[in-house]
Amino acid sequence: MSSFSVTRPQINTLYRSFIRYASEFEDYNFRHYFLRKYKTEFRKLKEENVKITPELWNSYQKELDVLKRQSAISKMYHFDRLVVERLDEKHHK
Amino acid sequence: MFRSQLIHRVLPANKHLLNLRSVSSTAFLSTSQSPISNASVKSTPIHSAAAAGAGAASANASSTIPQPPKGSSIEFKLSKRDPNQFGSRPIYLDMQATTPTDPRVLDKMLQFYTGLYGNPHSSTHAYGWETDKAIEEARTHVANLIHADPKEIIFTSGATECNNMALKGVARFYGKTKKHIITSQTEHKCVLDSCRRLQEEGFEITYLPVDKEGLINMEDLEKAIRKDTCLVSIMAVNNEIGVIQPLEEIGKLCRKNKVFFHTDAAQAYGKIPIDVNKLHIDLMSISSHKIYGPMGMGALYVRRRPRVRIEPIINGGGQERGLRSGTLAPPLVAGFGEAARLMASEYDADHAHILKLANKLMDNLLSIEHTQLNGSREQRFPGCVNVSFAYVEGESLLMALKDVALSSGSACTSASLEPSYVLHALGADDALAHSSIRFGIGRFTTEEEVDYVIDAITQRVNFLRELSPLYEMVKEGIDLNSIEWAGH
Ligand SMILES: Cc1ncc(COP(=O)(O)O)c(C=O)c1O
Repeated sequence: MSSFSVTRPQINTLYRSFIRYASEFEDYNFRHYFLRKYKTEFRKLKEENVKITPELWNSYQKELDVLKRQSAISKMYHFDRLVVERLDEKHHK
Repeated sequence: MFRSQLIHRVLPANKHLLNLRSVSSTAFLSTSQSPISNASVKSTPIHSAAAAGAGAASANASSTIPQPPKGSSIEFKLSKRDPNQFGSRPIYLDMQATTPTDPRVLDKMLQFYTGLYGNPHSSTHAYGWETDKAIEEARTHVANLIHADPKEIIFTSGATECNNMALKGVARFYGKTKKHIITSQTEHKCVLDSCRRLQEEGFEITYLPVDKEGLINMEDLEKAIRKDTCLVSIMAVNNEIGVIQPLEEIGKLCRKNKVFFHTDAAQAYGKIPIDVNKLHIDLMSISSHKIYGPMGMGALYVRRRPRVRIEPIINGGGQERGLRSGTLAPPLVAGFGEAARLMASEYDADHAHILKLANKLMDNLLSIEHTQLNGSREQRFPGCVNVSFAYVEGESLLMALKDVALSSGSACTSASLEPSYVLHALGADDALAHSSIRFGIGRFTTEEEVDYVIDAITQRVNFLRELSPLYEMVKEGIDLNSIEWAGH
């Protein structure tokens, strides 16, 4: 029916973008949540060999836009680090 | 210097944003510079709140908690770490009080503070239409999560307003012939207080007791229903102990007796599966800020078939089917809708995560001697763990735990240090109620935080017990109940 297809390298690039913006959150809890979420989700995509439909691809693009904007906003407001966070930790990889 | 550092750090972000294709993200570009000047929100109150640092009890705490002597083996510091290398802001473990706003929710809300500012009730132009459309989308998300029709969702300012609306609304509409309401002793203050108000208006209220698990007895409920009962109001998940009441059985019994069933689901909505039709729920209170949405926002579910009539509390322009007049707040409504949508799409992941962390926390805390879990072990929402630590004052423990944001069992009345009426209803004595602490775990809690809290609690419970003469007697094998206390 459709000629829509996403290649493995395209998925890998998408995954790396998610991980990159997730790790840019200043907020410890949000950073760890989004890292956990996208690591788990993409592992599942791979393991279960999920077919990427145009809808799924588009919704991931929208989610990535949200993550880009929100990680940027997170960097504009600073609060003290949590008691579980090392002060010398660099999380912007 | 701080400012320039920030600009430096914000710039690369703008560079990525330039690559964005979507209109909404490019729109963000034009505003992205301005917040920099405000960015020195290096908020001082936050500093002082956390001033106690990694557990070293703060100045006001030292009046109640003796400090360990120098060189003593007991220390408030966690032995494995150097506190100077770590931050000072406490871990947040009070998810029943409120939850952090999900960044995805904030993203939704910002559109309405930056461009979409129309009054959703303005029907003559596009500004009104676009916010109205957003509101109806949100209404659908909120309804879908409980298998309701969007028309049955009335937006309000939160669960407190919903509970007032449901109780007073039903009572006053049907009050000519039906003058009796049934509720339970462990309801939230806003339900109990609304009932008290209705009592003054001439209604009779039955407050059902709960067993030691925190659950109501169905036979009690059946016996309490009378010919003139108009409403049964029983909460879904308790905010202090997390127990889940037998909703389906209550719903069936109410339907059979043609009595309306209202449930306060502030702590349950999106966290346990709820189908208003399967459970025969007629009215349900929902709060947005308990599901990672904005504060000051909620919804009342009001069944249409069979129809539930309520007398509105707020009269005016007739918005929300005349049940709740006043201009809706599109940013809050849309944020709430997005939060509800996420509760559905993240349900499996959230549930698995919360269950795993809660079990770890619970198992470790209960492995400390003389502790007990409050409320049913089976019928519970796992993200609320309420534990009693015998021979320790809950308030002292909280003082010694400045590095963890927690609440004692008496959350609602914490200003008065009154022990929790919920734990009392379970049959706990004052001492036990006073030694209880509630741990709330959510979507954003990490395992690292739970591990820290387990260590911190274990150490400080042991430390405080070492100071307790009662505990010393217990260790020597003296039965405390056999002691005749002077002055009693
Ligand atoms: C069970 C219960 N009902 C009602 C409320 C009040 O909700 P809101 O803050 O939305 O008014 C709360 C929260 O404190 C709650 O836990």
